[in-house]
Amino acid sequence: MISFTNVGKKYKNGSTSVALEDINLKIETGEFVTLVGKSGAGKSTLVKLIIGEEQPTCGKIMVAGQNVGVMRSKDLPTLRRKLGVVFQDFRLLPKKTVHENVAFAMEVAGRPEHEIIEVVPQVLDMVGLAERANHFPSQLSGGEKQRVAIARAMINRPMVIIADEPTGNLDPVNTWEIIKLLTKINELGTTIILATHSKDIVNALGKRVVSIDKGRVVRDEKNGRYILH
Amino acid sequence: MATFLSRIFKYGWQSFSRGKWLSVATLVVIVLALVVFESLIVFTVITKTSLSLLQDKIDISVYFKPKTNEDAILKIKKAIEALPETASVEYVSREKALALFKETHKNDVAISQALQELNDNPLSPVLNIKAQKPDQYAMIAEELERESWQSITQKITYRQNQTIIDRLSKIIDITNRVGLILTILLTLTAIVITFNTVSLAIYSNREEIGIMRLVGAPNSLISGPYMVEGIIYGVIGAIISLLLFWPAVYWGAPYLKYFLTDLDLRAYFSTHFLSLIGYQLIFGIALGVISSNFAIQKYLKI
Repeated sequence: MISFTNVGKKYKNGSTSVALEDINLKIETGEFVTLVGKSGAGKSTLVKLIIGEEQPTCGKIMVAGQNVGVMRSKDLPTLRRKLGVVFQDFRLLPKKTVHENVAFAMEVAGRPEHEIIEVVPQVLDMVGLAERANHFPSQLSGGEKQRVAIARAMINRPMVIIADEPTGNLDPVNTWEIIKLLTKINELGTTIILATHSKDIVNALGKRVVSIDKGRVVRDEKNGRYILH
Repeated sequence: MATFLSRIFKYGWQSFSRGKWLSVATLVVIVLALVVFESLIVFTVITKTSLSLLQDKIDISVYFKPKTNEDAILKIKKAIEALPETASVEYVSREKALALFKETHKNDVAISQALQELNDNPLSPVLNIKAQKPDQYAMIAEELERESWQSITQKITYRQNQTIIDRLSKIIDITNRVGLILTILLTLTAIVITFNTVSLAIYSNREEIGIMRLVGAPNSLISGPYMVEGIIYGVIGAIISLLLFWPAVYWGAPYLKYFLTDLDLRAYFSTHFLSLIGYQLIFGIALGVISSNFAIQKYLKI
């Protein structure tokens, strides 16, 4: 469903720095993949390449049958509606309530109003935020904000949810709540790509682990563990 | 399409109503810009009235010899009326001139007695001429001074009043130019300040715009609400600025009448109310929408 073929990414800021090099990776439908690596290893760049926020310097990235690297900017919104993205800093719309934030993803996809009224409360109930539907992000805790972000990511039933350090700003209790939620979504058939540098999470999950170091994939194991030197 | 539009309007209203101080600050700037715009309208009305009053005071009179045949005078009148520079020509016959003179001096016993003692009407027939523009009097005077007419004309007032006419022409011309420059400068200032304020407001929303893009919102759904917000600023701004301006005009109009008796600002505002609010709305909405549209463009590039 997602494949990287000889992908490289360089940034030019006066001097050239290599963010990713020679990435070859295949992620199948329904997988739960953890991307591990130290800060600056290239995990976030990989996520940005999948959602078309960055263009690769070389190689080919296929997402749901489309070559993201050569995609026209006007086609990117359509691709992004097929993906769910969760970030460390939540990225919620501050002037919209919890309900409106989640509904926004459906509205963007052109879903009819009656469907939004029916589905949003169900998803909010699933992430345990039914009571908080009319609150604004500023009135929520970090864990609650991340659950809103997950609700928004899953509302359109995407093929894949990409979570970039979703627990980075959370306390241990909320961290495990979020991981449980992602696991549950994966069990329902959605592919999950989780970028993290938390050893505990990776080892507890026991899922496929792709280790990245200095912009290269150094290990790719099914039922792997967090091993980085 | 209807759902799409209703969502754009909903997001625009949400952004405006929940923007708190940012919305208030932007609205205040738009109101100030519109007050400047209204002030310019009033300034133009005052200038036009005072200039036309001044212009109305300028004319040239041609006095004919008392025994001149009326047909000859009317011929000249016709010839002057045919000039493109002429606005109006009024013929005052000797009899009419005498009647006017008597009417004006009816309370002056000495003059009334002196007139009674005279057997003949001492006044000359006159043509009072007004030009379209003050600087055209010289051309009309030249025409009047033509040789064939000199045998019947007695006096043309242009040469005596030339200095004052030229000075008034210059004042009118300069006032018009200064008014135009002032209008352009103030309008540009209002537009630039509003544009900067709207740009800053959108700049402070740049993260939100980024989030919308990540969720997959098309550009039209991102920029549309900002256009709607621009319309809201324009409409509310126009209403508030008129509400602020109306009492000021109502209070100030009588004082203005001391200087310009022909100018009734209250009446002007009452009769032109609909067109004024129309101009305000058009200017306000255009200001809001165009500023928003320019400011949002750079955030839409992916």
